Amino acid sequence: MSDINKLKETASQVRRDIVRMVHAQNSGHPGGSLGCTDFITALYFEIMNHEPDNFDMDGNNQDLFFLSNGHLSALWYSVLARSGYFKTEELSTFRTLNSRLQGHPTTKEGLPGVRVASGSLGQGLSVACGAALTKKLNNDSKLVFTLHGDGELQEGQIWEAAMFAAQHKIDNLIATVDYNGKQIDGPVDEIISLGNLKAKWESFGWQVLEMNGNDMDDVVKTINHAKTLTGKGTPILIIMKTEMGMGVDFMMGTHKWHGSAPNDEQLESALSQLEETLGDY
Amino acid sequence: MKKFEYKDKKDTRSGFGAGLYELGKNNDNVVALCADLIGSLKMNQFADEFPERFYQCGIAEANMIGTAAGLTIGGKIPFTGTFANFATGRVYDQIRQSVAYSGKNVKICASHAGITLGEDGATHQIMEDIGLMKMLPGMVVINPCDYNQTKAATIAIADYEGPVYLRFGRPKVPNFTPEDQNFEIGKSILLSEGTDVSIFATGHLVWKAIEAAEILEQNGISSEIINIHTIKPLDEEAVLKSVSKTKAVVTAEEHMMNGGLGDSIAQLLSRKLPTPMEMVAVNDKFGESGKPEELLIKYGIDTENIVTAVKEVLKRK
Repeated sequence: MSDINKLKETASQVRRDIVRMVHAQNSGHPGGSLGCTDFITALYFEIMNHEPDNFDMDGNNQDLFFLSNGHLSALWYSVLARSGYFKTEELSTFRTLNSRLQGHPTTKEGLPGVRVASGSLGQGLSVACGAALTKKLNNDSKLVFTLHGDGELQEGQIWEAAMFAAQHKIDNLIATVDYNGKQIDGPVDEIISLGNLKAKWESFGWQVLEMNGNDMDDVVKTINHAKTLTGKGTPILIIMKTEMGMGVDFMMGTHKWHGSAPNDEQLESALSQLEETLGDY
Repeated sequence: MKKFEYKDKKDTRSGFGAGLYELGKNNDNVVALCADLIGSLKMNQFADEFPERFYQCGIAEANMIGTAAGLTIGGKIPFTGTFANFATGRVYDQIRQSVAYSGKNVKICASHAGITLGEDGATHQIMEDIGLMKMLPGMVVINPCDYNQTKAATIAIADYEGPVYLRFGRPKVPNFTPEDQNFEIGKSILLSEGTDVSIFATGHLVWKAIEAAEILEQNGISSEIINIHTIKPLDEEAVLKSVSKTKAVVTAEEHMMNGGLGDSIAQLLSRKLPTPMEMVAVNDKFGESGKPEELLIKYGIDTENIVTAVKEVLKRK
């Protein structure tokens, strides 16, 4: 079996985890999580050098990942558990009292894999810039990855960080934007349009790549290509086209599932579309 | 009462600059960030001598706070520098999520706090910053009184693991505390013992409290003066010890009454030792342009106001 097929199998299980977690508490954000599943799965199971069973906050000599759009927590928790940061059984505590799996990720409960709280949008790129600068000071050649929502780019702090990263030549940073074109209140273009996103980032001094975030082949190939562009004086951005709700037919093509949970019937329908490959938690 | 003397007047922000430079020399993990105010924050020496550990962030304070949070991941100790207004109110949510809630070892250093920044006026004169910062779970809040103490505090907070808000100011004020002092976070300093009233002061108002106590002494009133340089965690033991002796309290600060030192002490005393109390602070007003000394008088936070407050509280004793 090729590595790509293995990644696709893992992604299918992660998608099952997401809809089951969100259904269990009738709370969470399945749409964007399903859209970015292939990307996060590829990062943790193929791209990043990391030590899931030996987590520490500093992460020296490891690649780091920051989830800036923290509402994709169900996705991230599933991938963290499936890659060995903690037991998959813990996924059943998502969004419940006394859980380490808070609605939005936090370091406070000591969940392995999380290095900063996120949820209030627009902050993760700045944090990633700082972590990347510390890697440079420490002569640590590993990389820093991020994920941001496209709606999140409406936050001004993102553009402060974009200018800062270019000015300080933070070239050990690969940021990714989930370009699904949707946010809570509707299509991004009808809320506050991002205009020519590629040209915007390029004019801010970033090197920009584009990929289909729901084509595992393209995801792995593009990130690997991005890695070859690091260390050359400019930060790197990947504009990742995704389909919100990917993998569950009735959640696709709408922003309705940004923050809504499926009912019992919908859960059944969703699970029938997603193969159980690694065993449900 | 004990006599207090000083050789010179110096600005507390210069104490910060000197402390930061010492840290630069002695601790390779200390890094500094500034939002286009290197000169005002007196960060020049650090920036010039340790350029590889200094980050100019431009006029983008939100990103500066987030970047500082990220720098801690991998073991750096970031000190951010800007004016108190832009260091707190402007970036409250960034501090809340990326620093305080995330438990990051960031030192948020803020100059030009309070009304004594003077002529720039109310847009820059934040008097809510102590309140904003002390509300955040786990945040340490420090407001030293003079150059020497600010320098010592700057050096001390590098050895403390966790988020700290360090507040200082623009004007030159009497530099009377010892040059070689050992700064202990959360430990108040009993400046002068007294029996009739406890005056708890912080920041620039500590010297005003000393001046007030000297005037009161001439009127036969014995004041105990305590420098509360750390507003959070509050030195509760010292406060209760002094108040149980004097049974009358005046607080003095260059801050709003809401959320300031007086508010913290009132909370403590109302729970543990209800005592007549007066607060010398700004009451629900924005400042305005003027010279620092004129502003302290107009806004009711000068030496005379402390004297009056003591006389008032003694009537209720």
